[in-house]
Parts: sequence; structure tokens; C-alpha cells
Amino acid sequence: MTSDIVIAGVGGQGVLSVAAIIARAARAEGLEVKQTEVHGMAQRGGAVQATLRISPQPIASELVPRHTAAMILGLEPVEALRYLEYLSPDGVLITAAEPVTNVTDYPPLAEVHAVVRRIGGHLVEAFRLAKECGSPRAANVVMVGAASVHLPLAVGSLEAAVTEAFIAKGERVVGINLAAFRAGRAILSPATP
Amino acid sequence: MLQISPPATSRLLLGDEAVALGAIDAGISAAYSYPGTPATEIMETLMGAAPDGVVAHWTANEKTAYEAALGVSMAGRRALVAMKHVGLNVAADPFMSSALVAIAGGLVVAVADDPGMHSSQNEQDSRFLADFARIVCLEPASSQEAYEMTREAFEVSERFGIPVLLRLVTRIAHSRSPVTTAPPRPTPPLDKADRPQDWILIPGNARRLWHGLVALQPELEAWAASSSHTMLTLSDDDRGLGVITAGIGRNHYLENGADLGYTPSHLHLGAYPVSAKLIRNLADHVEQLLVIEEGYPFVERRLAGVLPTRWDVLGRDSGTLPADGELTPDTVRAALGLPVRTGIDLTGMVLPGRPPQLCKGCPHEESFEALLAALAGIDQSVVMSDIGCYALGALPPYQAIESCVCMGASIGMAKGAADAGLRPSLAVIGDSTFLHSGITPLMDAVAHRTPITVLILDNGTVGMTGQQPTLLPGSSLEPLLAGLGIEPDHLHVIEITRQRVTELTALLRAEMDHPGPSVIVAVRECVEARKDRRQGTAS
Repeated sequence: MTSDIVIAGVGGQGVLSVAAIIARAARAEGLEVKQTEVHGMAQRGGAVQATLRISPQPIASELVPRHTAAMILGLEPVEALRYLEYLSPDGVLITAAEPVTNVTDYPPLAEVHAVVRRIGGHLVEAFRLAKECGSPRAANVVMVGAASVHLPLAVGSLEAAVTEAFIAKGERVVGINLAAFRAGRAILSPATP
Repeated sequence: MLQISPPATSRLLLGDEAVALGAIDAGISAAYSYPGTPATEIMETLMGAAPDGVVAHWTANEKTAYEAALGVSMAGRRALVAMKHVGLNVAADPFMSSALVAIAGGLVVAVADDPGMHSSQNEQDSRFLADFARIVCLEPASSQEAYEMTREAFEVSERFGIPVLLRLVTRIAHSRSPVTTAPPRPTPPLDKADRPQDWILIPGNARRLWHGLVALQPELEAWAASSSHTMLTLSDDDRGLGVITAGIGRNHYLENGADLGYTPSHLHLGAYPVSAKLIRNLADHVEQLLVIEEGYPFVERRLAGVLPTRWDVLGRDSGTLPADGELTPDTVRAALGLPVRTGIDLTGMVLPGRPPQLCKGCPHEESFEALLAALAGIDQSVVMSDIGCYALGALPPYQAIESCVCMGASIGMAKGAADAGLRPSLAVIGDSTFLHSGITPLMDAVAHRTPITVLILDNGTVGMTGQQPTLLPGSSLEPLLAGLGIEPDHLHVIEITRQRVTELTALLRAEMDHPGPSVIVAVRECVEARKDRRQGTAS
């Protein structure tokens, strides 16, 4: 069974890094992976999307069919909703709560959040949590942590992938991102007594 | 759950990256490219991965890239030239004629098409250009195939003495899938082609060589039919439908195939020219043919003529698949007659669009402000523009430009508009686009003293494609323009800052009244390139 993930955000938010981290973890577990990316013009402050398909079996299409994705992972709430038609009826939508309002006709945030809740989606205050972990730039890794609860991947593989992704930037950056991952994971983990 | 570990050597690579590694492992001596989405990462990867001694150069444009590669081939060594689809139009002159010469060292042109126009001005299908040149085309459907086909393309090029076109599409170029590489082949030694009569395309030679190329076609077609990338599977499950897939079309087909409940006969084409024999073998077995191909209806048109046949040929032309845009698993699903899936829909909220926009702190902002101020109150004017980040000046809040057609067109179009009587006539073009294709139309304007004002936005980089360095430093522009014959009084270089918007406005206003060509170069480093440079020096 293929597990499809649509990752959505705004150019510069780190959509491709999210895809790369999850893909790395999936590969480490011996799973097949296909990943699409957007390069070029769209990256300039526009809507950016990446897709990730993970499966124990060979994967045919590069693209995710409509209404089949196991997850929509948003780094921005309007961008998450933009790809709603890809979500399977039993899939999950998880998005950062904070908006990027670089457009003039951005709808009232409360309405955006209400729609996310109405469809059973999860809002994560990714930027607040990332700041608390030491850097707002780690918001995308907070979202990887939040997603991890619903991904068919072991926490260990994901944490290793986060570590490998930032190892070149030094221990401090790795530490911030691991903390961000755990903070995101804690938000969506079932409460433990 | 059965888990098969991928081989230790396999890596998750973009199709573009796989092409670069394939070329390196094929033993290239040189590679040339001009940045263009979705092909840019081929050269970026080559520059990082090519062993010492392998030339990997950005060039002024795709034509110069192609010509350099042709020279490498004549020297008996292997060369890769990479570009986006519209780049092949720029390189079409050497490309078309290189099909006639006796290619010595393997010459492979990797062309990345952009169906759906994610980052392009048209949707042209490079398979038509391979056919136009009467050469072989290979079309990968995964990164692994991109790697293998690149290597094979060099062998095919040398075997038949022709260039080979490797056709990528965005979703192959920019998708990651695992790649296992094979041991590299050594770089061939220098071995200059010894028959100049096979490289000098004067009519006597060209006729003979063209005759030879045309005569070679059956052999090329037989090769394509026997290629491991061409697969015909006849099925007795159902004798109604036969499916022909090409390139990535196969992936969207297989995505849905299991839901059909039967296995149709299937011909997959990964190598061109199209094998007529295999098409006939398939057709003899079925009643209806569905062609699933990315891009134009290239194969479909080979099958469906104007005369009635006993077969229904379905595809993009027939309306079974959308006539334009990128194929998706969903459009292919509908074409196969499978039920449409349903799910959650967004109701009660209209989402705002989020088009790309100039980066915060982009130097083009000040230039557009000055341009709009200079044109304020003028009844009629025209601002032609070009390919690059500054095309975003078409969108709010600036809406400052009126055309964007192809590399360098702004200056030629401004000249034409001025010739037609439309004045002031301006051209807005980036530094790299100017070097690519803006010099020759400016020469026209100088030769004919056409009253146009050219605003060159010199941000020192090829911004849109990811901040590749402009071929020549900005300091070379002023002497270049002076040498072209732009009069010193009408050639200005201004470091554009917020404080100097008024000054640029005044310059533009003054030059718009000049009865000849004038050029203003507005200089400031791209904000993203600056960031990259600072991070580069910090680490």
C-alpha cells in the first residue's frame, strides 16, 4: 500500500527539506520512494508543493492521484487547504497554524482555522514551538515531528534523518532541530498518563 | 510486511542529477549548458561531481553550448549539452545541421520539456525536434532510466554517427527516485575526425550526408524497436484495447492498470523513431489503441491520419485525454474509463492565489518604481520585457511591463514598435538575458539609430533559476555597450538604491526623448545571491 504525502507551503519555508527528511527516513527503512519537487519561478514567494510517495512495493506514478493521499502536511494553513482534493477520505491534514499573508486577499485567519478543524485537521503552532526550541527556521521540522505520529516510519529513522540533514551545520543546529521534531511530535501524540 | 533493502549503492536522485552522473560515467570530456528550469540541475550537478579535467561550463546561450559540444565531438571525445525545451530553439541551427555531420565522439543533447508550463512560456515537445532532425530520441520514465539512457545515448551516438536527444519532462527532471550507478567508462582519448568532407556542409557534401541520414532511418527504427526501453506485451486477456505509452505516460498508466480488472496489450516506447513494425504488431492484436504520452500527440499523430482505418485511435487529439497540460494519474484514469474517485472538497471558502513575487529587498523593485514614475503622465508608450525574475513586474503591484516572449525579445520588439511609430519604446532586460540574446537586436537598433531606451537590470546573477553567476561580470557591460556604438552621453550605469529612484526616473525620462538608442544599466546584486554568497563565506 502506497502512503502518499502532499507537502505544501510558501517558497522559502523549507518544503523541500521536509520532503527530503521524510524520504531519507523511508529509504533507511528499505522502502521505495518517489518524490516530486518544484524548482524555478514558483519558488519566488509563491505557493510551493512537494509530494512524497512511500511504499514497500515499486511505485508507478510520480504524482499523487486525487483523493488518495494519506496526509497533507502544511507549513501554512491556506497552502494546506489548497491541496485538499488530494486527501483520501481517511487521510489526515496537519498544518502549521501561522499564516504567511503576502497576498492582499488572504481570508480571515479564524475562518481558515475553522475550515481545518471542520475537516478534522490538526493545527500546530509550528513557529511558536520552533522559536521555543531555539530558531523559528526549525518550524518545518516541528511539522515533520507532528507528521511523525501518522507516518508509517519509526521515530528513530526520522530522528536519524533530521540529524543527518543538519549535521553539516554543527551540533547546535542538530540539537535545535531534534528538539523541534520532538516538540511537534508531542503536540499530536496521544496524551500519556 | 516484506521489506527489500535497496542496494547499498542506490541513491535518491532527481532525473537531472541522474543525467549528470550518467554523462560522467559515460566518460564525457565536456558539458555545456545555459540555466533553464527544469534542466538547470544537470549542469549544477556536473559542476559539483565531474572529475578533474572534465570541462563543465555555463555558456552565453544554448547555441554556443551546442556548438562547443559539437567541437568536442569532432575532436573525438564525448560531450553533453543540456538545456530546457525552448533552449533548443536557440540551438536549433547547429542542432539541425549537426545531424548531417559525421559525429565522432558521442554527442548527447539533454532537453527538459515543461508540459504544464510550470516555469516556461510554452509547452513544445522536443520529440518533434528529434524527428525534425531525423535523429534518435530516448525518453526516460525514472531517474534510473535517465542514468542508463544517458550512458546508452553516447554509445548510440557513436554507433550511428549522429547526435542523440535525451528528452526529459518536468516530472522526471524534478522527481527523485532511486538510482544505482554502474562502473564508469574511461574517457576516450583525443581522436580528431579525419574526414573534413563529412564536417564541411557545403551543398555538395551536405546533399551526400543528408542522403545518408535519410537512408539510415530504417536502421534507426530497427534499433529503436529492439531497444531494451521498448516493450511490447501482447495479452489474450482482452483483444479490445491496446495501450501505447511513451516515457512517463507508462507510470500514470501502471498507477491505474491494476484497477482495470484485465491486462490490455501494451507497447511502451522509450526510444524513437517510433517503430512502425511494433505498432502494427500491437494493432493486429486489438481493435482500439489508446496512446498515453506526455506533451503533444506525437505518437498518436503517427497512427491517426485523415483517412479512416479499422482502428479507433484515442489520445490527446481524439479528446480522450486533455489536449494540453501535464498528464496526471487522474486524467489517465478517466481515459481508461475507470471511475473517478471522490473525497473531501473545500466548500465555503475561496482560497487566494499565491503567484510568485519579487523577493523582499529585490533590486528590481526600485527599477520598476522608477520606470512607472518616468512613464507617468505619458499618453502612449510601450515597455517590452524579457525572460527572468523581472517578468514578475507584470503582476501587481507594478504591472510595469507589457511583453515577455523569449530570451532577448524585449530589445528587438522595442525596436519594431519604435519603427512602427510607437514611442517612447522601452526594453527591460536582465544582465544574463542581455548577454544570452540581447546584444544582436541592440546592434540592429544602433545600426539604424532606432529611438529605443534599454534598461538593463544588472543583478549579477541568473536569478530565477537559482543564482548561477552571470557569464561576464557587470563591469564588462559598459565597455561592451560602448563598443557596440551606444553613444557615451546615452549610456549610463547607475547603482540603484532606494535613494536613487528619482535619479533613475530622471535618466529614463531624458533618454526616452533621445532620437536614437540609449541604454541605462541599473546595478545592484540579487538579494538571494547576496545571501548565498554570505552563507558561503560564513561556512
